[in-house]
Amino acid sequence: MTDRTTRPDRGGDQPPRPAASIVPDQAAPPDRETGGLPPAPAPVADPPAADPAGQPAGSAVPPAGDLPDGDGSAAESPAPKRDRAQYGMCAFLALVGGLVIFDATTRVGQAINSADPIGPKPVPILLGVLLLIVAAIYAVDVARGGAGEAEAGEDVDLSTRIDWRTVLLLIGAFLVNAVLIDRLGWVISGTILFWGSAYALGNRHYFRNLLISVALSLITFYAFAIGLGVSLPAGVLQGIL
Amino acid sequence: MENLGNLLDGFGHVLTPMNLLIALLGVTIGTAVGVLPGIGPAMTVALLLPVAYGMGPTSALIMFCGIFYGGMYGGSTTSILLNTPGESSSVVTAIEGNKMAKAGRAAQALATAAIGSFVAGTIATLLLVLVAPPVVKFAVSLGSPEYLAVMLLAFVAVTAVLGASRVRGFASLLLGLIIGVIGVDQTGQQRLTFGIPQLIDGIDVVVVAVGIFAMGEALWIAAHLRRKSGEVIPVGQPWMGREDWKRSWKPWLRGTAFGFPFGAVPAGGAEIPTFLSYITEKKLSKHKAEFGKGAIEGVAGPEAANNASAAGTLVPMLALGLPTNATAAVMLAAFEQFGIQPGPLLFEQESTLVWTLIASLFIGNLLLLVLNLPLAPAWARLLRIPRPYLYAGIIFFASMGAYAVNAQPFDLFLLLALGLLGFGMRRFGLPILPLIVGIILGPRAELHGRRALQLSGGELHGLIGGWVSWVIYAAIAVVLLWPLIGRFVVRPLRGRLVTG
Repeated sequence: MTDRTTRPDRGGDQPPRPAASIVPDQAAPPDRETGGLPPAPAPVADPPAADPAGQPAGSAVPPAGDLPDGDGSAAESPAPKRDRAQYGMCAFLALVGGLVIFDATTRVGQAINSADPIGPKPVPILLGVLLLIVAAIYAVDVARGGAGEAEAGEDVDLSTRIDWRTVLLLIGAFLVNAVLIDRLGWVISGTILFWGSAYALGNRHYFRNLLISVALSLITFYAFAIGLGVSLPAGVLQGIL
Repeated sequence: MENLGNLLDGFGHVLTPMNLLIALLGVTIGTAVGVLPGIGPAMTVALLLPVAYGMGPTSALIMFCGIFYGGMYGGSTTSILLNTPGESSSVVTAIEGNKMAKAGRAAQALATAAIGSFVAGTIATLLLVLVAPPVVKFAVSLGSPEYLAVMLLAFVAVTAVLGASRVRGFASLLLGLIIGVIGVDQTGQQRLTFGIPQLIDGIDVVVVAVGIFAMGEALWIAAHLRRKSGEVIPVGQPWMGREDWKRSWKPWLRGTAFGFPFGAVPAGGAEIPTFLSYITEKKLSKHKAEFGKGAIEGVAGPEAANNASAAGTLVPMLALGLPTNATAAVMLAAFEQFGIQPGPLLFEQESTLVWTLIASLFIGNLLLLVLNLPLAPAWARLLRIPRPYLYAGIIFFASMGAYAVNAQPFDLFLLLALGLLGFGMRRFGLPILPLIVGIILGPRAELHGRRALQLSGGELHGLIGGWVSWVIYAAIAVVLLWPLIGRFVVRPLRGRLVTG
């Protein structure tokens, strides 16, 4: 229904990448991917963090794209079917709430300062409890047929299902950059990032994109790192650039 | 009169070649991102935060304000020529504006939008000059309990008044507040760090803003990328005839009157005043039959309201340190980055900065008019940018910015996690604004709350304070107990627009 001139091969094909390792952190907030990570955590460390409650938001989300009304837009579906993936979001909120309470009650120490009568604990506990309550109300709302309006936008076509292939390819390109940036330097990793993202988004002008990527990385490196003093690594090209 | 003197001083500071150049850069970038789909002023300011480190606070903030105002101008171009409003505040402009464009009156629609924006922006900035100092004078007399109350009001207001679903809004707000808790607290205790050294200083607001706005948006759009872009209506040089002027000037003024107060109160937003302006113009117009087919009043009024509301949001931002829209929230993050404490003392401690900033708003507005009237066709051409490049570029700059904050790859993983959170929030209809406001104001609210309790020796009555906080808590109660505002004001208006 849409013209896919630049991407004849797309369509409902399954994500070719090992999706499972990445999808579960779907809606992971920063504080969840933390369970015992090494100081320089790799994305691989996310999935373990996703299992504390067994059923965090993420694992419930992927099917969303496959549901008939998967995008929660319900806008034009005549008989709005319940968007069950929302329960995943509720579970995720409850999980975060629980985690915050757990952290505040077990890990945070007592206030040492007597001038501060309430100390560091009550605020996170309050927030955690409120989040649990909100998660419960949210779940009730979903059970009664409530559905959030998925965000619209100029380039957003909510009548299509979530295109996981593109999303996962983008995440892949992003992770490659994150892993390589310190080793190879911004110019190389940034090139890979832009080229990979353009590829993921369906552009197939490989060579032209390569030129654009290299140019963009070089320009940003010289303008921001050298010109404005923004810290970007030169990596293996140290001394050449 | 003291303010006038300050303002003139501000003009003196802003009228240097360097600052003018930066203002021009800001409004140019702002117009561009306003025109471009999928990228708005809030995201742009977030992306530029790391870069702005090297610029110094005055220059950076002049640029950001230029982007903020510019985004409004650019946004109207898109909604008129493409009929796909990117933000809720330009929904109304699209209704009549796009009809006008289809009827071959795109030039007049763009002209009334641009000139109306200029008129409204200038008047509203003048109102800002008049209103902000008294607000500041009042606000400096307030103590911690009152600040806590004001911030709670801001939380409740951005969550409960704006947006369709309260429970989703509160979920978003709480997530933001919790992210704000991460790190070392004032007593030296680590909270929610889980032993990760990079989290001890908390998550940098830049990383959160870039993650939620830029990464989240790019991933979300990528998941639903429209393969066939909408039709851009070709347009020549904007101009207006005598009749158009006659029909436009009153709506401009009325739109300004609607927009400014709504922008100035926490959580008024731009959506309601644009709807109100539209309804009013429809009622007052001598050309009622034209409404729905491209009435110029329906573009002039709402566009003015939109811009006046934008200037209005600067009142709480500068006078109280309260963000009421996404761009203001990110700009407050910029203040904090530069070590400037936002709040009522800003006018006193950073007087030169504030007045230079306000003066730059007048200059920026004028530059925008000059930039937008003759160059509209050129801006419209931006809409043809290949989408893969646009969104690849957003991800590229997001990575660069997030890395540059602390020069550590850890932030990139954090950025991705936050991007996925932003993605999930867009998917499930959780509003973004409460989360950002929560992150920015949360730590300050906790600080004031604890300070208030400290003064009362831990007694809970210390949280209440004087009569001002009673008034504010009453306002919070009204907001909370009146979910019907949305139901009885916004939705019927929307309904009337759809049916009418």
